[in-house]
Amino acid sequence: MIEVRGLSKRYGGGQGIHDISLTIAKGAVTSFIGPNGAGKSTLLSLISRLIPMDEGQVQIAGADVSKADSRGLARVISILKQSNQLNVKLKVGELVEFGRFPHSSGRLSAEDHRSVDEAIRYMELEELRGKFIDQLSGGQRQRAFIAMVLAQDTDYILLDEPLNNLDLKHSVQMMKVLRRLTDELGKTIVLVLHDINFAAAYSDSIVALKEGRVIRHGSVDDMMDPVVLKEIYDIDIPVHNVDGRKVCLYFR
Amino acid sequence: MTDKRKLLILAIVVIALIAVFMTIHSYGNWDYILPRRSKKIAAMLLTGMAISVSTVVFQTLTNNKILTPSLIGLDSLYLLLQTAIVFMLGADTLTAMSKNVQFFLSAAVMIPFCGVLYKLLFLRKDGRAIYFLLLVGIICGSFFSSISSFLQMLLDPNEFLVVQDKMFASFNNVNSEVMVLATAIAVLSALYFCKDLKYLDVMALGREHAVNLGVPYDRITKRLLVFVALLVSVSTALVGPITFLGFLVSNVAYRLMSSFRSAVVLPAASLISFAALIGGQLIAERVFTFSTSLSVILNFAGGLYFLYLLLKEERT
Repeated sequence: MIEVRGLSKRYGGGQGIHDISLTIAKGAVTSFIGPNGAGKSTLLSLISRLIPMDEGQVQIAGADVSKADSRGLARVISILKQSNQLNVKLKVGELVEFGRFPHSSGRLSAEDHRSVDEAIRYMELEELRGKFIDQLSGGQRQRAFIAMVLAQDTDYILLDEPLNNLDLKHSVQMMKVLRRLTDELGKTIVLVLHDINFAAAYSDSIVALKEGRVIRHGSVDDMMDPVVLKEIYDIDIPVHNVDGRKVCLYFR
Repeated sequence: MTDKRKLLILAIVVIALIAVFMTIHSYGNWDYILPRRSKKIAAMLLTGMAISVSTVVFQTLTNNKILTPSLIGLDSLYLLLQTAIVFMLGADTLTAMSKNVQFFLSAAVMIPFCGVLYKLLFLRKDGRAIYFLLLVGIICGSFFSSISSFLQMLLDPNEFLVVQDKMFASFNNVNSEVMVLATAIAVLSALYFCKDLKYLDVMALGREHAVNLGVPYDRITKRLLVFVALLVSVSTALVGPITFLGFLVSNVAYRLMSSFRSAVVLPAASLISFAALIGGQLIAERVFTFSTSLSVILNFAGGLYFLYLLLKEERT
């Protein structure tokens, strides 16, 4: 369980997030949605200690994030941000091996190698394993980074727009993998998503942010409602029922 | 060719260069030549190692392969000190001053400066300490060099020559007691900071990935920056400003080695710097018979190398 209490982070010009309190259930997929600049990425970075908070507290599985030992935390929670520029020449396999650093401090054991192989298989990167990261397409690179996070093998996985750069097939595959991680291995996954329909199809609950505050937090059914969506995005979004699933038609 | 083999070849080249350096033009005066030359070799090995390690670490921390630790402003501080001595006490004082006193004086100015930087680093708690340090370093550096050039303007031309001599690194008058002391400082700080070096590879991925992978990033960055400053201080106090060498050898090492790992790049950059220093010194002594300085040769070779790189990059 991730518990956020009174979390604030201020940037210039009223940006940032303000006094957010939130409980994210364990063993579920939770999606953050909301307009640009709502603070979704900031919230994710604060939860995962990438940036220091101004006020408030975050507890992950009972440990206070701002006080806990960083290496210990790295075995419990992992985060992947959306921009992943590398300054070094690195092969896919080497990148994924870095995911084992919190467990092995650089000297990989047989078990570490197993986790790496498994993560590469999960992301279908076997053929790309020996390729350099800078030779890959955007989508392949995205998958390589996700494989690194999978190799880290943490109970909590935070992903900032994991579908960025992915085509339809790989987006669906990615979401299915994440769903499987939750259903089969009991992982807790928190995502920032822009496509509400993907969020609706694969999440257990959805958190809506706007102007640095959580304005709604509920099940998919509660959130997929024209009134709620209007409140979040300030546009009229019709919701239709297709084969028993709620689908938004926000295109026009 | 594997990285291991490349390192081996580099090591052989360095050993061969050392052998040539020690034995060329000996005329049988071994008792005179060997101690003198081995002192030079020792100074070159120490400086080469200090400069290449500090540059590679600094470039990893800043995530930028064209920066050098001279940005911290230590070189300018060293030059300011030399200029100030000549300006206030006269060139005779500087030339007459024993090497020991000079080393202590330089170290006594530069190491407290590192301490001030360290304090500044810990004032910042938001993970941007390194940019803050670079900013302070650049400002202090230009401040120091402006004062130096102002003082140099006022100097008598003969005295200015003495200062100018100090602007370039030189291995010709290294004192063995100073050598021992400099080595001790370098080795002790290396021992103290070596446990932080294992994080370097992960830190090369950038701050966010490193934090995610459990590296106490901000603390390690600050510690390693102090390490860099100490190494630069020691080598500058020993032979004079020579950080351009670091820029050159680190980039040659990055291109030459297929792995970016510090376990490969650090030894490679060190070996390349040994080869460059000893080879350059050989040329300065034997080809130009001391009529030019090592720095001039290194800067010339380095400049040519970068022109070559530019032309090659343009074609691809």
